[in-house]
Amino acid sequence: MDVKRRKFLKIAGLSAVAGLAAPSAFNLLLNKGEALATEGRSGAKSEAHGEKSGETSRQYGMVIDLERLQRSPGLAEKCIHACNTEHNIPQYNNPKDEIKWIWLDDYRHSFPEHSQYKKNTALAKLPVVLLCNHCAHPPCVRACPTKATFKNSDGVVMMDYHRCIGCRFCMAACPYGARSFNWRRPREKDANGKYKFFPDGVNPEFPMRMRGVVEKCNFCAKRTLAGRLPACVEACGDSKALVFGDINDPKSEISQVLKAKYTIQRKPAAGTEPSVFYII
Amino acid sequence: MLEKALEGNNRYWAWIFFLLGVITIGGLFYVHQFHYGLGSTGMSRDVSWGIYIAQFTFMVGVAAGGVMLALPLYIHDYKVFGKIAILGEFMAIAAVAMCLMFITVDLGQPMRIMNVLLHPTPHSMLFWDMIVLNGYLFLNVVCGWGILHSVYKEVPPPKWAKPLVILSVPWAFSIHTVTAFLYCGLPGRHFWLTAILAPRFLASAFAAGPALLIIIALIMKHMGCFDPGKEAIQKLTTIIIYAAITNLFFVGLEFFTAYYSNVPEHMATLNYLFWGVDGHNSLVYLMRFGMFIGIAGIIMLLFQKFRQSDGWLGFCLALIFASLWIDKGVGFVLAGFVPNPFDRITEYYPTLSEISIALGVWAAGALILTLLYKIALKVEFKED
Ligand code: SF4
Ligand code: SF4
Ligand code: SF4
Repeated sequence: MDVKRRKFLKIAGLSAVAGLAAPSAFNLLLNKGEALATEGRSGAKSEAHGEKSGETSRQYGMVIDLERLQRSPGLAEKCIHACNTEHNIPQYNNPKDEIKWIWLDDYRHSFPEHSQYKKNTALAKLPVVLLCNHCAHPPCVRACPTKATFKNSDGVVMMDYHRCIGCRFCMAACPYGARSFNWRRPREKDANGKYKFFPDGVNPEFPMRMRGVVEKCNFCAKRTLAGRLPACVEACGDSKALVFGDINDPKSEISQVLKAKYTIQRKPAAGTEPSVFYII
Repeated sequence: MLEKALEGNNRYWAWIFFLLGVITIGGLFYVHQFHYGLGSTGMSRDVSWGIYIAQFTFMVGVAAGGVMLALPLYIHDYKVFGKIAILGEFMAIAAVAMCLMFITVDLGQPMRIMNVLLHPTPHSMLFWDMIVLNGYLFLNVVCGWGILHSVYKEVPPPKWAKPLVILSVPWAFSIHTVTAFLYCGLPGRHFWLTAILAPRFLASAFAAGPALLIIIALIMKHMGCFDPGKEAIQKLTTIIIYAAITNLFFVGLEFFTAYYSNVPEHMATLNYLFWGVDGHNSLVYLMRFGMFIGIAGIIMLLFQKFRQSDGWLGFCLALIFASLWIDKGVGFVLAGFVPNPFDRITEYYPTLSEISIALGVWAAGALILTLLYKIALKVEFKED
């Protein structure tokens, strides 16, 4: 073997080793010190930041049956109210500061990419409940420079309010307008020492946020961990307007519904694979 | 060498104190923003980035534009730029410093900025942007200062300087490419989602950066403190014209793709920017004006009459610079959020506080630039 060739092999071998070792070293670096207490996960082993969920792992999802929602007037509002009180969503009553995790809109604006040409009038009146889609490939998680937003092992896209730097890159990245920013202090009090923006009181079980961080629906991670249903789903009672569960488990109720019914997702062209499905 | 910044006439000091005044006003507004939150700006849930990020994007371009001096000089050994290359390097320092300031004032939790380094996230383009910007700042500080220091000590430039200045050339391209990636990698924002974004950013940067540099050089020449030389200015003007025309060409391509394809999402933001949608037209006149003065500036510069006179040259370049600023420092970022994901239009108007803070950052950049140029002129040319 001539010198040149030996040298080449040596370099090739070295770079192969480096190539193999580098990613794992990188991963090590990435996962170092990640055992952070995040909402509802304190105490649990760090399984969260940056971890990808594959087909085999859990992916919580939701099916929203719009006709059932319409059949019981006030039901959608009840769901929204349940979330607002459960998660201390401040009520600013102005669009500039607005924070919302789950809200109502009409069909036309919820599915703008669908043809709106000559749609029947019933459709125009259909109330559509909107919330974070807990996408299988969430662009918000991809964009976040600090992993303050991340996908946990249940497929839920979560927020770490203590890590978020408030750059709002995730808001630009989310194609669904699911994220809200705390433009001001939600904990502000009036002269009598009462919270200004929580007219219905405060749930001590859930933290109030600070100004300057982003927040959104967390699929009630704390409740589901305790084996309970999300607040909005629970508020629907037996109406089955909202069905929640693991869409990767073929035996789950939600999988049965998805198999039986025709459902649509918002903006499928964005490649995010939303985990929230709608029955029109 | 630093002491050179402290020698100057009354005009110099008046300028310095003016800048300090603007910075102070911006600083006071920032203190309020810091305590109240970003609600003191015009931003909202729908338009979640405003003039801060728009200025940031534009200044990355100005910083990258300095490479139009470094590339001919260091790669092609084009000696004519030898005298003014240091000005390009120092302008890059001021511009990158402004970028970092604009990012910081835009953060909801600025005290946590180190989280970007504590939790490095390679899949986030913002992480990479932070790396390339700080790297570029470092390169320019080290090279600019190192070369100037050797002039000061009257010794040949240090050996390590050469590879670093050559490295700074591709690095300049990288800062604006990565900044474009912040935008063009986001699904659902169709106005930004275009592969031509990085080249378009670079083209506008290579016009805007040198244009600002010539304007400043002409002002300094007029005040009798420095003459960069006619040939250098003319050559740089040619570069600016090519870059500005390339940028216009790219803008034209965006128009063609959107309107010929007739895809609603691709047309939506351009409609809003240049024609207004359902009575929402806050940017229409500004955008048209910007487009008009940009084209006017380029056409005028094609005539020798305007190119050869310092006054006209400065005027035309100012038109081009302003046009690029309107395009990138206002329209591009703000309109990317219009229409919002629900096909609704929310307009954005910056508040007084926001504008004052932005002006404060501009003034801080101008101050850095003034001090650096003062030192450079004193040391390199023994001029005032
Ligand atoms: S809907 Fe938006 S916020 Fe929710 S996971 Fe998808 S991209 Fe992220
Ligand atoms: S605002 Fe917070 S969650 Fe969103 S990208 Fe920035 S750091 Fe991440
Ligand atoms: S799942 Fe929980 S957090 Fe999400 S909208 Fe429903 S109640 Fe709110």
